[in-house]
Amino acid sequence: MIEETLIPKIGVITDIRKDTPDVKTFRVVGTDGAKLFEHMPGQCAMVSVPGVGECMFSITSSPTNKEYMEFSIKKCGCVTEVLHALEVGAYVTVRGPYGRNFPVEEDFKGKDLLFIAGGIGLAPLRSVINYVRHYRENYGKVVIVYGARSMDDLVDFDEIKTEWMNEKNFEVYLTIDRPQEGWDGHVGFVPAYVKELGLDPNMTAVLCGPPIMIKFTLAGLLELGFDKSRVFTTLELRMKCGVGKCGRCNVGDKFVCKDGPVFRMTELDELPDEY
Amino acid sequence: MLRIAKEKLNALYAKINESMGLFIPVKRAGEVNYEIWKEGKEVSLETLKTVKSPKNMFFPSTENMMKFKTEGKALEIVDVRDEKKPFVLFGVKACDYKAIEVLDKVFLADPVDTFYQARREATTIVTLACSRPEESCFCGVFGIDATSPLGDATSWLDESYLYVQANTEKGEALIALIKEFVEEGGDAEVKAQQEKTTEILKKLPFAQLDLSRFKPENLNELFEAPQWEELSEACLGCGTCTFVCPTCQCFDIRDFKTHDGVIRYRCWDSCMYSDFTLMAHGNSRTTQMQRFRQRFMHKLVYYPSQNDGLYSCVGCGRCVNKCPQNLNIVKVIKTLGGKKND
Repeated sequence: MIEETLIPKIGVITDIRKDTPDVKTFRVVGTDGAKLFEHMPGQCAMVSVPGVGECMFSITSSPTNKEYMEFSIKKCGCVTEVLHALEVGAYVTVRGPYGRNFPVEEDFKGKDLLFIAGGIGLAPLRSVINYVRHYRENYGKVVIVYGARSMDDLVDFDEIKTEWMNEKNFEVYLTIDRPQEGWDGHVGFVPAYVKELGLDPNMTAVLCGPPIMIKFTLAGLLELGFDKSRVFTTLELRMKCGVGKCGRCNVGDKFVCKDGPVFRMTELDELPDEY
Repeated sequence: MLRIAKEKLNALYAKINESMGLFIPVKRAGEVNYEIWKEGKEVSLETLKTVKSPKNMFFPSTENMMKFKTEGKALEIVDVRDEKKPFVLFGVKACDYKAIEVLDKVFLADPVDTFYQARREATTIVTLACSRPEESCFCGVFGIDATSPLGDATSWLDESYLYVQANTEKGEALIALIKEFVEEGGDAEVKAQQEKTTEILKKLPFAQLDLSRFKPENLNELFEAPQWEELSEACLGCGTCTFVCPTCQCFDIRDFKTHDGVIRYRCWDSCMYSDFTLMAHGNSRTTQMQRFRQRFMHKLVYYPSQNDGLYSCVGCGRCVNKCPQNLNIVKVIKTLGGKKND
């Protein structure tokens, strides 16, 4: 068969974890039981249920995991609704990896890192956070600020509690939008919490979450003295091909699928406001 | 230069058709479009503009990409790409030929689109110089010379002969195939026709459009231009401009359930449609102004920025002729292109 990027590989779902009322994490391998392909943190893949449709998702597992890939998927549209109804053993198709990854081997190396996520925005960050944990000695201090609507909406809560919170030189701050029984942590929105924490502006920051959260959090970081050229985020727009040909996901002269999804804030400043 | 007497052309088409497919402008119900040649079809090389461009020869309006078969839980992907029979695309005008170069830069860029590539490689393109350009033509604005297009072979037509000249090995091979129909001659006739056409081209109403402001460094300024509102006000979002455009290449990928599996196909799509960028959580372009702006910014700024200044408009004028609201790229260029348009 001639190699064609639009023709996917077949994947089998080997595990489904229900993270929140509307987020499930799917573990996928090839039909031979091996990992489908290698990727770098922040890259994406097209996952499809034949007959329903194909969508772009960030690969949430770390590249250092050599056994399988994971996708944390929020139920919010026609394809994701069908994905959520699948059971272990179901077949899907996967193609990728697509897009530009986080500069983990360049800009991030040797730096103190700040990760800020809202809701399902943790999905792309989980890949890079676990990559940093794997190569712990290559990176400085890690600060994670993660917020969700409620305690039940925190994705990967178990992994955060049992692993990230116990990692050496890791600080994890969680917050939920409104008070809730059984929650003794911080209550409030992410942008305000980030300002309260008085974070060190020399850190390299990565933001991921709803556009409104990114907008206000970025403003807060700039007030704290962060440099825009050391703040990264990811964009998402509708995609069909994943390789800059179908003409859908451009912002100005950049395609989110191949020039993104990871962008430096200074790069976004140069693009028209249409995302 | 070689020439073929016009009355021999039908026999020549039949000869090509013996060993290769032949796509050629054919008149049907008053309209001329590229079709597979068959004995008895009314070929119309004289027609300046086919309604649709020949882009669907390489990038069909719909094409099956793969098939999914399920048996129990198991899923199998069936490759439906077949070997492409060689074919000749005959009579391509200079604008449409340039448009193929524009499409090549999208589909043949890494990672190569093998569906497009297979068709492209199987094709021998014979271009046809224009001798009677129309008022809506403005290929010259994009540096295209309508009197001497390239391709694997170039041809010129007058009342008595089709003149032809090979430019590549594929072109040479085609001429070798049809050698029984050709004779030497035509240099003077072709030169005279070119000179005459060049004079007409200079006098066309859109020949002097100024593109000087459409540069990557003006991207944000052009994007923010207040004139987009007025320019796009009457746009119906019908997408006609994108379907007749020889360079529009946006596509959709969709699944279709059949009695024995699922077919995944690709089809033309249009950035003029409201659901083009629609996602479960919102839409990045909610107004027709934004969609209209996207189309022209892509052709005149974004695409050139990604492709060393090459514009993704070739001045064929189809959108000028076909827009039901009389909106078109000429109006955009005149409004935003530069001082000399005033």
